[in-house]
Amino acid sequence: MQTIELQKVASQVRRDILRQVHGCQSGHPGGSLGCTDLLVELYFNSMNLKTDASGKVEFHMDGLHEDVFFLSNGHISPLLYSVLARRGYFSVAELASFRKLNTRLQGHPTPHEHLEGIRIASGSLGQGLSVAIGVAQAKKLNGDASIVYCLMGDGEQNEGQVWEAAMYAPHHNVNNLIAFIDENGQQIDGPTEKVMNNLDLEAKYKVFGWQVLRVDGNDMAALTAIIQKAKGLLVNNKPVMVIMKTEMGAGVDFMMHSHKWHGVAPNDDQLATALGQLEETLGDY
Amino acid sequence: MALFTYETKKDTRSGFGAGMEYLSLNNPKVVALCADLIGSLKLEAFIKNAPERFFQTGIAEANMIGLAAGLSIGGYVPFATTFANFGTGRVYDQIRQSVAYSGKNVKIACSHAGLTLGEDGATHQILEDIGLMKMLPGMVVINPCDYNQTKAATIAVAAYEGPVYLRFGRPVVPVFTPDNQIFEIGKALHLIDGSDVSIFATGHLVWEAIIAAEILLEKGIHAEVINIHTIKPLDTAAIHASVAKTGCVVSAEEHQINGGLGDSIAQYLALNLPTPQEFVGVNDSFGESGKPADLMEKYGLNAQSIVDKAIKAIARKKA
Repeated sequence: MQTIELQKVASQVRRDILRQVHGCQSGHPGGSLGCTDLLVELYFNSMNLKTDASGKVEFHMDGLHEDVFFLSNGHISPLLYSVLARRGYFSVAELASFRKLNTRLQGHPTPHEHLEGIRIASGSLGQGLSVAIGVAQAKKLNGDASIVYCLMGDGEQNEGQVWEAAMYAPHHNVNNLIAFIDENGQQIDGPTEKVMNNLDLEAKYKVFGWQVLRVDGNDMAALTAIIQKAKGLLVNNKPVMVIMKTEMGAGVDFMMHSHKWHGVAPNDDQLATALGQLEETLGDY
Repeated sequence: MALFTYETKKDTRSGFGAGMEYLSLNNPKVVALCADLIGSLKLEAFIKNAPERFFQTGIAEANMIGLAAGLSIGGYVPFATTFANFGTGRVYDQIRQSVAYSGKNVKIACSHAGLTLGEDGATHQILEDIGLMKMLPGMVVINPCDYNQTKAATIAVAAYEGPVYLRFGRPVVPVFTPDNQIFEIGKALHLIDGSDVSIFATGHLVWEAIIAAEILLEKGIHAEVINIHTIKPLDTAAIHASVAKTGCVVSAEEHQINGGLGDSIAQYLALNLPTPQEFVGVNDSFGESGKPADLMEKYGLNAQSIVDKAIKAIARKKA
């Protein structure tokens, strides 16, 4: 898909995120908006997904012989749900049920409700990279050459398990894994540098044995290019970590440059203002 | 008179190792992970036979649980192995979210459960693991009693689809169950018939329950002994049938009384067949360093303790 087409999808996904969070007056719009461009790029361009003869995506839990994605920072669930629905895994109408009683779209993603596209529960932070590595190793045992992708938050780098996984993957030459860190510099209690300073993530992952790239995570063309570059680096027999600078709340002017919108829903007026900044390209649900 | 006999004593962890050796040759979907305790878990034969299906995680148990969940997504049957303390309590949230809530086909297989780990002391002697694991929705909890049963249980859980906690231990104990038995998850095993008291035991306490029944028989008391190797799902039909006959209960386990097998039995009986019950287990305390047999005696986890509790339970029945 061309960059311009991906940007149109991203605009609709951002509308979906805001409307989901507004609909239940709960959820995490800031990080969801910030990572929208990456998930749209992956699901609508770079990832090879299993489809039927008509081109419709099919969901198989084992993800064999297709690229798979794991969201470790599960609180940006409205983004994942919108992208999965827009890609065809389930009906976009179901987005209206987000975080409501009896929904498959739980506050944080889970396979417990059998939602197509979800393979693991996430929300309690720090666990997704380990799971992604396990899937990557299963792919190698299965002789499956496809790629595993994973996204973590920068606040999530506080979790010790992340560093257990960071140590493990290069040691075991996991060369079918491309992970991303959403470096938006914010976490619940404030800027990451004040809450718990990650210092130089690039240097840290390099000394752990990863190949590290950097990208502007809100530049669609740059994302497409960096993912291609990351795929190329896997021949070196080591995993790739892409540190992705994003703007929390990207696409909505009053949600940017602050951690205030990490876990706050817009009211009716704020929603109207925000939607006015985002073109409805694919039709609202 | 001996109600059961044995020729050898072996450790249950070696039964696990033998089960894994069998699976290395007979189930190509089984993979093993270990957090730097290959020797303690008796995984050498598995690794020799199937090196590509073994994953050394280093001393990083949280990552090991996540890796196992991931391997199960890819269609494998992972056995995540370490000491029971590090494989349950240390990584409870990882098991809860990535395995149990996610419904993954992961086997958490842990050695050195309970006091019989011995000299390393309370930091390593988990007595809460059955409770932690049985509280997780969908988790199967198994504590086999000897080498043969642990081997059979290992093979059986590999064929079962869903999360399992398999618990075993370090000391050598009598091997008295049949070689090459078929292990049926959730099926209690009736060992000794009796009409005066039901003794429900799990793990290392099953042999002690047999000895207790022999001592009780000398006193003219007929104890029924049932091996509850599967704590969850609990074989409530077997428990109900036995208690309906005997009218009182002793539960016996190498675990805290809080949250253990006895708790599960009491909950069932309170709802369905209220019955006097006595508990053989650790009473809200940590363990300590010492020889396994000395620890079991100090904390009241042996045949004599079961005898004492049986007499007490029978007295309460008559009161």
